Amino acid sequence: MQHGKYRFIVGFLAAPLGLYALFVVWPFIQSIYYSFTDWTGLSPEFKMVGFDNYKRMFHDDIFWKSLQHSLLFALVLPLVTLSLALFFAFMINVGGRRRRGGPVVSGVRGSSFYKIVYFFPQVLSIAIVSLLFAFAYNPDSGAINSLLRGIGLDNVQPLWLGDPSLALWCVMAVLVWSTVGFFVVLFSAGMASIPAELYEAALLDGASRSTTFFRITLPLLWDTVQSGWVYMGILALGAESFAVVQIMTTGPGGPDYSTTVMVLYVYQKAFRDGQAAYATTIGVALLVVTLAFAAIVMRLGRRERLEY
Amino acid sequence: MKTTETPAPLPAESGATVSKIDVAPPKPPARKKEGGVLNVFSHGMLILWAIMVVMPLLWAVMTSFKDDSSIFGSPWSLPDKLHFDNWSRAWTQANMGDYFLNTILVVGGSLIGTLVLGSMAAYVLARFDFPGNRFIYYLFVGGMSFPIMLALVPLFYVVNNMGLLNTIHGLILVYIAYSLPFTVFFLTAFFRTLPTSVAEAAFVDGASHTRTFFQIMLPMAKPGLISVGIFNFLGQWNQYMLPTVLNTDPDKRVLTQGLVQLAVSQGYKGDWSGLFAGLVMAMLPVLAAYIVFQRQVVAGLTAGALK
Repeated sequence: MQHGKYRFIVGFLAAPLGLYALFVVWPFIQSIYYSFTDWTGLSPEFKMVGFDNYKRMFHDDIFWKSLQHSLLFALVLPLVTLSLALFFAFMINVGGRRRRGGPVVSGVRGSSFYKIVYFFPQVLSIAIVSLLFAFAYNPDSGAINSLLRGIGLDNVQPLWLGDPSLALWCVMAVLVWSTVGFFVVLFSAGMASIPAELYEAALLDGASRSTTFFRITLPLLWDTVQSGWVYMGILALGAESFAVVQIMTTGPGGPDYSTTVMVLYVYQKAFRDGQAAYATTIGVALLVVTLAFAAIVMRLGRRERLEY
Repeated sequence: MKTTETPAPLPAESGATVSKIDVAPPKPPARKKEGGVLNVFSHGMLILWAIMVVMPLLWAVMTSFKDDSSIFGSPWSLPDKLHFDNWSRAWTQANMGDYFLNTILVVGGSLIGTLVLGSMAAYVLARFDFPGNRFIYYLFVGGMSFPIMLALVPLFYVVNNMGLLNTIHGLILVYIAYSLPFTVFFLTAFFRTLPTSVAEAAFVDGASHTRTFFQIMLPMAKPGLISVGIFNFLGQWNQYMLPTVLNTDPDKRVLTQGLVQLAVSQGYKGDWSGLFAGLVMAMLPVLAAYIVFQRQVVAGLTAGALK
């Protein structure tokens, strides 16, 4: 196997590694370097300014606002999404009525139908989903307010995305809507691999359904839930929140910066305001937040691994 | 849910066994009752969410057949007649046809490139021992957790300096690069599961490493390639952030970008019905593909997260 081995390895790795280094790794390294300069992005000239950008960042109110919103995204979104998904997945897989002569645990009727339908939003582009909901949220002629009018709630006509105290929650709701289905399917796959004998024993002992959920399903599914939390948090800090906030909310990150998030702020500073160096500084902060988030979740969620 | 718990006998240490025998006959009805209340509740929740998922989509389809005045006047009413002209207007005047073509070109090119380059790298990393193997593997895999936005600013200038800004092939190369982390991660695990004996036999018979890979290993890896291919197809088809930054030429826009631009400029043009038709046009192919390839899509999307 030795003959020509290294030539082969180099030949096969050169193109993928080269492309990856050029377009992913190199820009990452550069951006950390740029955060110590006063580069505008408009001209090739710049000089080193040390920690000036970082000092400026600590006194930037909008940065703190965006950090706060991003953290809210990383904590609330996974909590709501994963809880809903766990509930639905449990009902779909274990929550069925016990039929005489049937298996001990079974899903509700039509469980495969639910799994297919819930997954719909996951295959749609987040950009398209955002556009759709921007229309639905329209205060005058949108679907939601007109539905409220239709059921007699004429005086409940929120401004939704136009209301600074509501806008952020409206945006989050869209992300919940679009991601729950993925986790329902993911958790369903996990629940399917839990042996039925465990449920059987619990049912013989007279355990109720909520007891079986908290004592059997959740502990055995814990690893999946935890990696789901990290995965969702990274998405919520990064790409997904960029699309929803940029497309759905008006002006610079919603009324009075009420929906601005870190990714959006990076984008605006770099490509709208011509402050590339400062943008990369916020980007570095985002990287630190993301890594810290993943580390904390992994650490807090560490449990003894259960074998079954 | 608290109240429904109480009728179920609590697993009290001593009394449990006694009561189980004594109260054996009335127990099934008790559980049935609990099940009944819970089932109404859980079915209700499941149906409610199904409606919440489907309704916005149906609403979009319905709206795409209405004229502008009824879109704003009565958002929930059925269309007075099916305005197919919305769809033809969106396809030609709103350039949806062009955006579709651009998207197909970009995604087609990047998908093939991602699968070829990704499987080459993954094969080498999974099957060969050489110094730096682990380092390169973690370099690739680490890319999955980094915020793309951080790299985006310098990336813009890298792409610009190479003269690849606003070109289809430039976008393809960048898409491939950003798809590699997950693809390499997934396929490395997959190639490890394939038996070594077949490849070794081929090599002993005189086939070169390259030939062994393309004629033996790649066909064997087909299920893995399909899964990761679907994952990348959806991701690349739905990509929004990369084209927004790297592709500002109006003629080269991809679907998501074109639609968002259209919505922004609608404030001046006011062709909302055409925009809705475009929106539905962009949604339907992926929804149809999902319904047809439902199993593979789910397998492809969940496989990575479960590992």
